[in-house]
Amino acid sequence: MSNDTAPWPHKDLLDTDQLSLADVKRIFDTAVSFQEINERPVKKVPTLRGKSVILFFAEASTRTKTSFDVAGKRLSADTFSLASSGSSLSKGESLKDTALTLQAMAPDAIVLRHRYSGSSRFLAERLECSVINAGDGWHAHPTQALLDAFTLTQEWGSVAGKAVCILGDIAHSRVARSNVDLLTRLGATVRLCAPKTLLPMGVSTWPVEIHHNVTEAVRDANAVMCLRLQLERMQAGLLPDLREYARTFGLSPRHLERAAPNVRVLHPGPMNRGVEIDSTLADSMNSLVLDQVASGVAVRMALLFLYLTRKEAAQ
Amino acid sequence: MSPDLVIRGGRLACGTAAVKADCLTDCLVKDGRILDVVPHDPDRTYECESVEATGLVLLPSLIDAHAHLREPGQEYKEDIASGLAAAAAGGFGHVMCMANTRPVNDDASITRDMLDIARRSHPHGPRLHPIGALSKGLRAEELAPMADMAQAGCIAFSNDGLPVASAEFFRRAVEYAATFERIVIDHCEEPTMAPAAGMNEGVVSATLGLKGQPWVAEAAQVARDVLLAEYLNLPIHIAHVSCKASVELIAFAKGRGAPVTAETCPHYLLLTEEACLGYSTRAKVNPPLRTQEDVEAMRLAVEGGVIDIIATDHAPHAEHEKEVEFDLAPCGISGLDTALSLVMSLTPGQILSEARVVEAMCHAPGRIFGIPVNRFAPGDPADVVLYDPHHRWVASRETMRSKSLNTPWLGRTIMGRVTAHFMAGRRIV
Ligand SMILES: [Zn+2]
Repeated sequence: MSNDTAPWPHKDLLDTDQLSLADVKRIFDTAVSFQEINERPVKKVPTLRGKSVILFFAEASTRTKTSFDVAGKRLSADTFSLASSGSSLSKGESLKDTALTLQAMAPDAIVLRHRYSGSSRFLAERLECSVINAGDGWHAHPTQALLDAFTLTQEWGSVAGKAVCILGDIAHSRVARSNVDLLTRLGATVRLCAPKTLLPMGVSTWPVEIHHNVTEAVRDANAVMCLRLQLERMQAGLLPDLREYARTFGLSPRHLERAAPNVRVLHPGPMNRGVEIDSTLADSMNSLVLDQVASGVAVRMALLFLYLTRKEAAQ
Repeated sequence: MSPDLVIRGGRLACGTAAVKADCLTDCLVKDGRILDVVPHDPDRTYECESVEATGLVLLPSLIDAHAHLREPGQEYKEDIASGLAAAAAGGFGHVMCMANTRPVNDDASITRDMLDIARRSHPHGPRLHPIGALSKGLRAEELAPMADMAQAGCIAFSNDGLPVASAEFFRRAVEYAATFERIVIDHCEEPTMAPAAGMNEGVVSATLGLKGQPWVAEAAQVARDVLLAEYLNLPIHIAHVSCKASVELIAFAKGRGAPVTAETCPHYLLLTEEACLGYSTRAKVNPPLRTQEDVEAMRLAVEGGVIDIIATDHAPHAEHEKEVEFDLAPCGISGLDTALSLVMSLTPGQILSEARVVEAMCHAPGRIFGIPVNRFAPGDPADVVLYDPHHRWVASRETMRSKSLNTPWLGRTIMGRVTAHFMAGRRIV
């Protein structure tokens, strides 16, 4: 049982590995309670009135930023956006000085998206407010992993004992790193499938199965998660071309014939249709892509609630 | 002949023809040179200045074969005066400084300037030995005027910091330098493989989501260099070796009689890639810290003599330069203040013997680069370090002489410290 009244034990959310399974359950339970708000005619409650959240996206993102913005506003928090272009970061200011500037504005939380791995930890060590990692470099994307696991938990009741296949550019994916940690700890079997050029050198020590053949990787899988292919991987000499990638590593309906019945298809978005995922699959009955978006708002409402009220609960 | 200085009761770290290692000795100095080293007798008295060394270890002044002193051009990180002060405090009597200054030391006038500054700031030592650039502007397009620079005082030549990609250019540089009896020092890094990533490619880089540099990038270029040394029968010195494969290649080449020498640094003997966990930029160094297996291979290679030299690769950076995201931080560890203590921390358990430390930090670089050293024999320069193995200190702004504090040991307690340092019989620390 999670204790709903105990103070939330974390100042920052840097990666899923900071969270105990009890913490994860509490996030999911809280998200369930907020899902109902999202179905009301007036989708707003005063829970976080007077709290302020800075959305600092130093790297382009529409989906995650909007999701946090909606989540904050539905709980009546004031959200402020700061983009890297237009901020002094683009004028060469260091992240440390930016951090101190943000601190002086006394927000309750900063949601950070940044291209360098470790940047959210860098801010968290220097700021008194909560720092929520919305994706740092190739390192971690804990809120995406939480919403993915939440989506699957809603589908199945639990991910324990299920096989989840993650397909695509694992080496450069913060989504994959966080999902591997969270899903395996929740009891799922995780399979990774990619060409060797898109797997990190240390992957053999991860608690996962490694595949290079999509048909084998998805056999009897309960869910398949496709990752977005970054087009610059071709220039980096990691892949020959999109056509070969789509034919060799893209997910198509014929692959799913070997998967478990009712296999679920996920994608953190935005999708390259016809590259990492066949367009018909993205829109099929198997697809949970839009459920992920809806879950994302509920999970992020839960996170903002828990992190922003951690001090009140302590009193 | 009577001495003008005696260092009494110290324990000799390495033996001499006259006195065995570990003996308590009285070290007699006259006119800046060793007069004699005799067994210690507490009842004997001397009619001259006397320094008490009971409980201390006597070492010769050390040679650092690889340091970056940042002058000219980046004096806010370090300048020649502060770098030599750190060297003196760390037990180094000779510092070989790399050419990647701004401007690059690729011209005899710059070499002479550097030597002038060193002589003015530290007239009694430590001594500076500039290493000249191999190529103009470190660009590996045209050779630097090595004859002129050698005459001005360049002790060796290196493009350290920027590996030489072209094997043909590198070969010609080695040949040209050898014409003037100078050795080329190579920073081995196959430059198309993740240049200057600052962390090893492997388990930890995968966890942190950082780009890594694989050990094969270093070893591939070591292989090229050792084969070239054999083919040309000309000496090549391999800088800052960090991985097991490089050690094996160097051993292979030495077995075939290739005139190859090599160095490593204290951090490759003591730290693994895990020092980067938490995105610690103080552990960001090039070549990167490797695995425990590599650390053990490095230790064996130093003890067995496959690695000839322990150098610092002293690479000072300012605090604000390191207090950034890992990807943006410059590579380098500040090493002159701490190197001897860190290496001596490997002696009590006999991972290295004290005699081997003296060999790797003094005799070998002296032999390879032609610097006269103190072997505690009559007539040798009275360059003596007194080292207290029981002195505990914390690496900090107060205790370090370098302008830069970019060391993974900052704030940590270090065992053992230089308590006095004499050059030519004159106390400099
Ligand atoms: Zn170097």
